[in-house]
Amino acid sequence: MSSVHLNNIVKRFGAVTAVQKTSLEIQEGAFVTLLGPSGCGKTTNLRMIAGLLDPTEGEILIDGKRVNDVPIHKRNLGLVFQNYALFPHKTVAENVAFGLKYRDVPSSDISRRVTEALELVQLPDVGERYPKELSGGQQQRIALARAIVIEPDVLLLDEPLSALDANLREDMRVELKRIQERIGVTTVFVTHDQSEALAMSDQIVVMSAGRVEQVGAPEEVYNTPASEFVANFLGASNILAAECKSRSAEGVELETPIFGKLVVPAEKAPNLGGAGPAKLVIRAEKLLVAAKDAAAPDGVISVPATIEAVDYQGQAVRYFVRAGEAQLQAINMIDQRPFAAGDEVNLRLRPIDCAALPDQ
Amino acid sequence: MGGTMGWHLLRGWTVLVYLFMFLPVAVVVLLSFNASQFGSFPMTGFSFRWFVELANNDAILRAFQTSFVLGLMTAAISTTLGVLASLALVRYRVPGSNYISTLLIAPILVPEVVLAVALLLFLNFLGINKSFTLLLFGHVIFTLPFVILVVQARLVSIKRDIEEAAMSLGASPRQTFFQITLPLMLPAVLAGALFAFTISFDDITGTLFWKPGGVETVPTQIFAMLRNSISPEINALGTVMILLTVGLPLLGMGIARTLSQKRGG
Ligand SMILES: Nc1ncnc2c1ncn2[C@@H]1O[C@H](COP(=O)(O)OP(=O)(O)O)[C@@H](O)[C@H]1O
Ligand SMILES: [Mg+2]
Repeated sequence: MSSVHLNNIVKRFGAVTAVQKTSLEIQEGAFVTLLGPSGCGKTTNLRMIAGLLDPTEGEILIDGKRVNDVPIHKRNLGLVFQNYALFPHKTVAENVAFGLKYRDVPSSDISRRVTEALELVQLPDVGERYPKELSGGQQQRIALARAIVIEPDVLLLDEPLSALDANLREDMRVELKRIQERIGVTTVFVTHDQSEALAMSDQIVVMSAGRVEQVGAPEEVYNTPASEFVANFLGASNILAAECKSRSAEGVELETPIFGKLVVPAEKAPNLGGAGPAKLVIRAEKLLVAAKDAAAPDGVISVPATIEAVDYQGQAVRYFVRAGEAQLQAINMIDQRPFAAGDEVNLRLRPIDCAALPDQ
Repeated sequence: MGGTMGWHLLRGWTVLVYLFMFLPVAVVVLLSFNASQFGSFPMTGFSFRWFVELANNDAILRAFQTSFVLGLMTAAISTTLGVLASLALVRYRVPGSNYISTLLIAPILVPEVVLAVALLLFLNFLGINKSFTLLLFGHVIFTLPFVILVVQARLVSIKRDIEEAAMSLGASPRQTFFQITLPLMLPAVLAGALFAFTISFDDITGTLFWKPGGVETVPTQIFAMLRNSISPEINALGTVMILLTVGLPLLGMGIARTLSQKRGG
């Protein structure tokens, strides 16, 4: 178990800058996820930590020690790839034992530790088989066993669930988290899938175009996005132009054409200084579509709107709603029967569910 | 209707082409077992006598020995160089690797006579005499492309991830090569070596230009014998050659296949 620090890391490939001036502190034992769209530099960061790429600038510290010049095979890291990368010519047991051969582990201990690792990933009976005789999900468990049996200082996972089917992916998510908590290894997980990131992480690092957009706990990045990019990337959000009237201890007072004046709690607008142009962020699932004649409870803003389109999703429904100039999205649980396109409705909103951003 | 007719014609034509190519070979094999004094039809009986005479012919035995030594050395050198070149071209960013790759493959594209004469003229220019080493050198040059093509294709299919996983587990780059890359490449390396051996064993054009006086390989020996007379011995020799040059690659392919099946491909 070790901490990982990136200090002002830059990585260029010729003219392309894949990672721009990134600094990151990963605490011992934490499960940290690098989240962002494809091509934003997640893998590049991970490979620099692993020692598979040299940073163009900056330092990487593992447990406070600079490792820029330590080759990968001396770093004691566990690495898991999207495509499992098992050794096809070795049995499962030989795969898992591979890393132990390079550590002074007595041969009697090797087989015990291999057995334990296979039990940990719940595949105790496949030691004699070859990788190609296992399913994708099983192969990924073996890859995980192989990476953790060496008791790595840091576990690095690059989209390990992306090659699996949707159902299996959710099981493996739970499984992976269980194993990580059990052994308590510092883990850096790379994914472009926000639900994976939200479900598994202690900390999420949201990245875009080689830059860190926000670092925070899942609830934090979800509920208080630090930028428009984060608000749009994690779930569906409505982002409305607004005017900030004032900031007080109680909150920031915003005015928008549709919802009028409302006060957003101060902690949900950490970056908004004072009066001036701003953005109001409303998560689609916080916008409630209600019948036109129903009365709204206290403290809830209610404005008339028209449903333009309905996207039925089973237990939930996504409405595209027009209110004045703006088209908004609302994702609501279905209560009895969903509204239909063309219905006149009321849009309800609690100001405490909103967040605010400075304009740019 | 017209379509089926066309297919029948095409099928008939294909059969004819194959007959044209393989009939002479079949005739040679058949005649090598002919008891008759003359290397031609009619067959007068079945006999191994020409194979026995072959085994007692010193010139032929010497040629076989030369061919074997030459083939084995060619295979060893070509395979080693080919594996190293493929590694460099596939795994490392060598500047101008495209050109190097073309250059290494070029000997396949140049007619063998041209290559043979060019090498000879070049060595004359340098004042180097024909020798066994020169012959070996020539064989290495034109077997190398085959090794590189086979090994490179295999190496491309071995994911870099696998080697990176090995290194992350503590294997140095050298250990990774011997533990992971080489075993995975092995079928291709063996196939390359077999190719090199058979091509060298089979070659006549280049060999005629490069061999020093008094040295004969099996093909040049056959060539020399044909100039005097068509002895039934030659049919027997031909049969042995066919057996070796067809059988060896088949054997190699079989071994490679079982190897890769056992190791899970
Ligand atoms: N070896 C490389 N050579 C050139 N450009 C690269 C290389 N690796 C990555 N890049 C570029 O760097 C950027 C970030 O890539 P990557 O870290 O793989 O993104 P992600 O893992 O987030 O999808 C991309 O624009 C990609 O094209
Ligand atoms: Mg990636």
